[in-house]
Amino acid sequence: MKTDLLFDFIVDKEKKTVHIKREFDAPIDLVWDAFTRPELLDQWTAPAPFQSKTKYMNFEPGGKRFYAMVSPDGKEGWIIQKYTSISPKTQFKLHNAFADKDENPEPTGSDWDYNFSEQNGITTVYITIFNESLERMERMIELGFKEGFTATLKNLEELLKKNQNEY
Amino acid sequence: MMKRDIFQAIADPTRRAILVLIAAQALTPNALAEEFDMTRQAVSKHIKVLKECDLISQKQEGREIYYQLKIEKMKEVDNWIEQFRKIWETRFSQLDEVLLNLKKQQNEN
Repeated sequence: MKTDLLFDFIVDKEKKTVHIKREFDAPIDLVWDAFTRPELLDQWTAPAPFQSKTKYMNFEPGGKRFYAMVSPDGKEGWIIQKYTSISPKTQFKLHNAFADKDENPEPTGSDWDYNFSEQNGITTVYITIFNESLERMERMIELGFKEGFTATLKNLEELLKKNQNEY
Repeated sequence: MMKRDIFQAIADPTRRAILVLIAAQALTPNALAEEFDMTRQAVSKHIKVLKECDLISQKQEGREIYYQLKIEKMKEVDNWIEQFRKIWETRFSQLDEVLLNLKKQQNEN
């Protein structure tokens, strides 16, 4: 597998926005499927050891995906994603909100914009996440990661270097 | 002095570049300014913001001032962003696997 795939990750707290760009060593058809089909989404959207469990999903404008992030001790965090626009194999947008198990969403959420493009068999996915509130953004980050990671300055330097290379 | 938000500081590409440069070694204002294609004043404005965020400190050596990175402060940023970044890193390596399997399946058919 190609190991030098681009991964950019930029948090702009002032604008309450996260920018994520990643290359995948696969044609656009497969990548598009992996982002838009529930059985595939469930295989990767929850970071291990969490698991994603889609209760139902209608991938169409106005349609929804209702799913849970299940923690190793079985706790379920429910999320509703409502698709607001879809241009096949190019772009889709959704509104994301935390919810309870009965599908009652929280009042503020985030808007996600996914863009796909392919060049020489490598597909680039560019995601922007806009949060309606800063508190929500911080919660989004905390969610499921209370145990935390031991981060080091070295990691940050790498991140900063990576970001710097863009300009 | 108004206390600035640390994340405001690193949202700017020039300021991120300044941090990377001084993370490697302490630098004088002149040495720093030479690294950028902008006026010295513009660079010192960025340095001022970083100072106000308590991300860099300065020391005097002879007649020269040197800027250095405040490592403890950087760790705050590090923890916050790194955690979030790691979530995505994990996700995407899982997705790499999914795609690899899909490609294999496609080749078999």
